[in-house]
Amino acid sequence: MLNRLKYIFVLMLTVWVVTVNGQQVKKASNGIFLLRNGMLHTVTHGTFSGDILIKDGKIADMGSSLSDVNAIIIDCTGKHVYPGLIDAGCRLGLSEIGSISLTKDYAEHGTFIPQMKALTAINPNAVAIPVTRVNGVTTVFSKPEGSTFPGTGAVIDLFGYTPEQMSAGSEGVIMEFPATGRRNKWDRRSEKDIETDAEKSLKKINDIWSDIYNYHRMDSLASAQKLVWNRNNAAMDAMLPVVRKEQPLFIEVNAQGDIESAIKWVKAKNIRAVFSGVAEGWRVADKLAAARIPVITGPVLSLPHRENDRYDAAYTNAAKMAKAGVKVALRTNNAENTRNLPFNAGFAAAYGMGVDEALKAVTMNAAEIFGIDQLYGSLDKGKIANLFISDGDPFEPGTQIERLFIRGWDIPLESRQTLLNDEFLHRTPGLAR
Amino acid sequence: MLKNIIFITAIFISGVVQAQNILIKNGTVLTITDGVKENTDVLILGGKIKQIGANIAVPKDTRVVDAKGLYVMPGIIDAHSHIALDAINEFASPVTAEVSVGDMINPFDVAIYRALAGGVTISHAMHGSANAIGGQCQTIKHRYGVTNPDALKMEGAPRTIKFALGENPMRVHGEGKNIIPNTRMGVEQTFRDAFAEGRLYMQRWEDFRKGITKESPEYNLRLQTMADILRGDILIHCHSYRADEILMLMNVLKDFGVKKICFQHVNEGFKVAPELAAFGATASVFSDWWAYKFEVYYSTAYNAAILTKNGVTTSINSDDPELIRHLYHEASKTQRYGGLTDEQALALITINPAKQLGIDDRVGSITVGKDGDIVLFKHHPLSVYAIPQMTIVDGIVRFDIQKDPDDMRMEVSPTASESSYYQEMYGEEEDSCLQGFSEWLMDSKTK
Repeated sequence: MLNRLKYIFVLMLTVWVVTVNGQQVKKASNGIFLLRNGMLHTVTHGTFSGDILIKDGKIADMGSSLSDVNAIIIDCTGKHVYPGLIDAGCRLGLSEIGSISLTKDYAEHGTFIPQMKALTAINPNAVAIPVTRVNGVTTVFSKPEGSTFPGTGAVIDLFGYTPEQMSAGSEGVIMEFPATGRRNKWDRRSEKDIETDAEKSLKKINDIWSDIYNYHRMDSLASAQKLVWNRNNAAMDAMLPVVRKEQPLFIEVNAQGDIESAIKWVKAKNIRAVFSGVAEGWRVADKLAAARIPVITGPVLSLPHRENDRYDAAYTNAAKMAKAGVKVALRTNNAENTRNLPFNAGFAAAYGMGVDEALKAVTMNAAEIFGIDQLYGSLDKGKIANLFISDGDPFEPGTQIERLFIRGWDIPLESRQTLLNDEFLHRTPGLAR
Repeated sequence: MLKNIIFITAIFISGVVQAQNILIKNGTVLTITDGVKENTDVLILGGKIKQIGANIAVPKDTRVVDAKGLYVMPGIIDAHSHIALDAINEFASPVTAEVSVGDMINPFDVAIYRALAGGVTISHAMHGSANAIGGQCQTIKHRYGVTNPDALKMEGAPRTIKFALGENPMRVHGEGKNIIPNTRMGVEQTFRDAFAEGRLYMQRWEDFRKGITKESPEYNLRLQTMADILRGDILIHCHSYRADEILMLMNVLKDFGVKKICFQHVNEGFKVAPELAAFGATASVFSDWWAYKFEVYYSTAYNAAILTKNGVTTSINSDDPELIRHLYHEASKTQRYGGLTDEQALALITINPAKQLGIDDRVGSITVGKDGDIVLFKHHPLSVYAIPQMTIVDGIVRFDIQKDPDDMRMEVSPTASESSYYQEMYGEEEDSCLQGFSEWLMDSKTK
């Protein structure tokens, strides 16, 4: 009898331990959520007090006095609701530890390798992903870099365990426009050498481009005449949506002269383009606006690129372009500190952009640039439920993000960094053994 | 071009002007050590804070600055930077206590002006972290406009020296040259050897002075510097990341009776906060940089808050010419990550770094008698919308957003009115402590 009791006790203890340990990992949950009486920052149609119903991963309804008997009610009185922030350019998930090359997956060998897909290499379990989303960033464009055509970036939601679960349904081929700037302080090439190098690179691109164009024509011809054509060039295939204007080409370009050349190049090639980087966009903002080329710029928290530049050249760049009429989205261009996107937006706002325009730059403008604005970028009925609840302005570091939803999943606001805080704030044992 | 020349001349002149008398009227004064005072005036006479109070009468020959609606705080202090230096790393040996970055100051570095535009009036110009025991550092005042390198040095600031733990000295010497240290074990013994030699050197001189030995020992600046550290005349600032190596160095210091140390970066300081507090060690950290190398992978942005709440005197530093421009913003992140109060957060960039540099009797708070180092902000400095309006060093206005020309270079090439575009400035999110070495390595690889 006693033995049996003992056995039952041990069994109960085991069950208890397993349950408790199981509870230690907070998991995302989904269901129907009714966010009641929050200040809704819709981005597209103003800011007002109201309710949001989240159902099937979407914003099922918005308005006042909504109800749903099955919904989990979240009282948002005194709270703010914002659409999830979008970082329009980063390496999140493609880089785990900066100095260890084998943990970096964003720079493949080769100059013309647009077939290299970021979505393949993004680690859904990268430690930096939860670290990023606790600041209200729900969606990012993670991209390769480091050569003329370094690959294809992907827009991903920061929740999911497979590329398919994370994909936001938009990808973009990257091109790095030949740069006439010096690489860094130790780049001691003569002005003439720099120019020659850039010319050579551009010639190479143009040669590749005529191959791409021919490939596209052969492919079109073959399909029009229903001919069997042995297509086996992955790099060329990756370029077809670009040359056919189905997708924009994401062109990294920064110095003033290079931006001007790139505008001409895009026109000559008759393609859709988005410029990224665009550090000196402020010098040619009117030209960018006239060419109707959208821009992804940042990080805002950057040094000026010339010694003689005004100290706030990078802080004010986004604002100056936006004022000239350029569609501007912001990026951190970072990996582990993509979480600083809202603060970059805050600086852009402070240095001339204004809070509303800066909020657009990290939500709706980015969604439009990636062609996903039907589902992303604002609080609107029918859009994917990527949103968060905060106790104030999310650009302010003093504000706390209190609850976050990605595709309607209620995501625990936990990351390794918060867990380390939980463990070590009041360490036990302290000084004693 | 002519405009530049006129402007540069103007700067040179302002560089030699005596401290102005300035009365800052009606600001919200964030004193740091004595609370927040609304509608309060601060009077600076002869470069020092003379009076703090309401309705201070304007003394004669005094410039009045209207600070209504503005926040007035002490000049921000960066306990770790490398601006205004022409060389950072003497990486030829694991111990180079004899060298000093004070010999390599570059007053023409425009980064000084850019730091001023971010409200920073003092920085700790440090040697790099290539060596276990690097060179001596220099506390500088951001008197941008002076051309004499020595004029940037903060008079009377205590001597400091750079130590380094972990990957950097291991990479440079172990991996790079096949000598000790190649591991954290080797790093410990490098310190123990250097301290033991310094102690022996000190003893030899002592014996000679007492007449126990007849022949004077050979003078050796490296060992002399080690002896100065042992005597407590030099403050140690140690580049560090992992908890175990931090504990190791504290044990070494205990064995040699050295008490004063500030751990720099110290990303895993939060793991050993009780030990740091018990030792009396201080910590100077990044607000949120991590994952740029393996030894900072297990970091948390709550580091500053955890250290503060465990009683460790903590500062937030830049180690970077970009980050130095918004240390007020870096400090504000401790409110998201750890909920520090305004007072605690602002102390991280004012009085606490002053303590770590041994200059807290001179700067770090708005207190009568302290240096006239002040910055005026539009919006509270912990708001993301804060913009520094004016930065005053020793009673001289060195940055004024109302009179701020675009081009602030002091060195202008006669052939180029505009400098080259640089794709990469410093400002990668990693410590800059291997500057010099990294370039040398790249050079030697391409050769």
